Amino acid sequence: MTVNDIPNVRTCITPLKDDNIIYEQDRVGELFDKKFKDRKRKKMDTDITVVGCGPAGMMAAIAAAKQGVPSILLVDENHITGGQLVKQTHKFFGSKEERAGVRGIDIAVELMDEIKNYNSIKFMLETTVVGCYNGKKEHNLIAVKRLNEGDRLLEINSKKVIFACGAMENMLAFPGNDLPGVYGAGGVQTLMNVYGVKPGEKVLMVGAGNVGLIVSYQLLQANVKVDRVVEIMPKIGGYHVHAAKLRRCGVPIYTSHSIKEVYGKEKVEGVIVVRVDNKFQPIPGTEEKIPCDTLCIAVGLTPSIRLIDQMGAETEFIPEAGGHIAVHDSLMQTKIKGVYIAGDSSGIEEASTAMIEGDLAGISAAASLGYDKNSQKLKSKCKQALVGFRSGPFGEKPRICKEKIACCWDRGVNY
Amino acid sequence: MLVVGIEVLIIKSYEKNGILVPEDLKLPIDKHLKKGVAIIECIQEIPCDPCVAICPVSSISMKDINDIPKIDYDKCTGCKRCVGICPGLAIFVVKVLDNKALITLPYEFLPIPKAGDITTALDREGKTRGTAKIMKVNRSGKATVITIEVDKKLAMEVRNIRLD
Repeated sequence: MTVNDIPNVRTCITPLKDDNIIYEQDRVGELFDKKFKDRKRKKMDTDITVVGCGPAGMMAAIAAAKQGVPSILLVDENHITGGQLVKQTHKFFGSKEERAGVRGIDIAVELMDEIKNYNSIKFMLETTVVGCYNGKKEHNLIAVKRLNEGDRLLEINSKKVIFACGAMENMLAFPGNDLPGVYGAGGVQTLMNVYGVKPGEKVLMVGAGNVGLIVSYQLLQANVKVDRVVEIMPKIGGYHVHAAKLRRCGVPIYTSHSIKEVYGKEKVEGVIVVRVDNKFQPIPGTEEKIPCDTLCIAVGLTPSIRLIDQMGAETEFIPEAGGHIAVHDSLMQTKIKGVYIAGDSSGIEEASTAMIEGDLAGISAAASLGYDKNSQKLKSKCKQALVGFRSGPFGEKPRICKEKIACCWDRGVNY
Repeated sequence: MLVVGIEVLIIKSYEKNGILVPEDLKLPIDKHLKKGVAIIECIQEIPCDPCVAICPVSSISMKDINDIPKIDYDKCTGCKRCVGICPGLAIFVVKVLDNKALITLPYEFLPIPKAGDITTALDREGKTRGTAKIMKVNRSGKATVITIEVDKKLAMEVRNIRLD
């Protein structure tokens, strides 16, 4: 969408203002207006810039500050810190060190309190990094800070950069998927848990992975009826315990089922679901019409790599990671020296592992600047924790993903 | 003759429908149920161990963080701490009385009922299984933990309540 003459804006995460002029686009747009060119920019210098203030980014900033890095900049395009944590009202899995048993929303507060303790960490919200350039000694980031009196252009010169940009939701192709009432699960969570807005009265959920199961449960908690969860695979992908929570509230889960189409005139009025065979093909005659006003889609995520890709980092398509990701070593450094990644943008995984990866990236970046307080020990502790998390059957995907990345990196020699 | 590897896919019923059957669990014997013990309905290897850490008598054990928790019913005192800490809301304390059973379960919905209220008892499928009387409501931990009283024969079936 084009907003106030700026093309390619993700309107789903852009705050609505009275004077916004919004147009639909049918292709990638180009910035044509001269008023955006040759604008004055405010220059900033910093040791480490962390892009993304979610679990990985916050941990990275804290880890670097703990190592004694004097100037750390944490930027995020949202108006609140915490990333996905603020929507996660469920208690976290894991062990005590990774804050198991604590709700995501409380972890966001804990991490923010810790960040505020460090004068070395400066955080800027409503700031979107729009471009990254690889300088000779430093990296240059161009960012736009949204202010009430207009936008301010920033040029950030940073010795090290950590990208913890998270991921974007996947969409499904079916007739009617552009009708109002078709949501991504993350969008539903934002409406409910961040803004306190009910997304609808009766929801049909697509996807029985952990996100689909958890968001369905949260919908019930918000007093929204969940008709059922449909899942194209023959078995439930998420944890059984999440499925059990839903089942004992009376929500059925239909495995080997998918969505055929959404019907409705101006908005979603219902959904036609269909059973699929073992080749995921719809079985004719098994269609069922379900009246509802909301369809929620939880069919996985794709890592956000646009910035790092623009910088020219080597990327690789790894299905287990959720798409293309930047090739990185075991200390989270990419093929561009001084540029690190962490969290979902380095492969789709849990918030718990995102925090450990952030920690690791922060320690590594700090050490490469010469700020090193016992970093070898801390790094191996992080690596060990990651191995632990990925050793069970549910850690198979990230395990394979990281093994493939290791193969891409120096054929596994220095991993 | 060329033999190509044949992949045999066995899908357990709970993997399809999300409902455990008694065979999926190692259930306590009468002696333990009279004392009141924790029933851990966590049957997958997921990386999680707060129940092990919180148990004051070390009755829950795991080989590593991905192991399935194992409970020693002789050691378990039915103290209910694990019910409130379990991130998966998968632990229940069951104590069997003469003709009633007390079930302690986590509850994350509003409004929160109060002691003495009569609610609808639900099983693992969310089906109505008679009534459940609220005996105790504990809101001190991270989750509200409620103890209900149901018919003795439903001790291993009722796992939720609904306020009507």
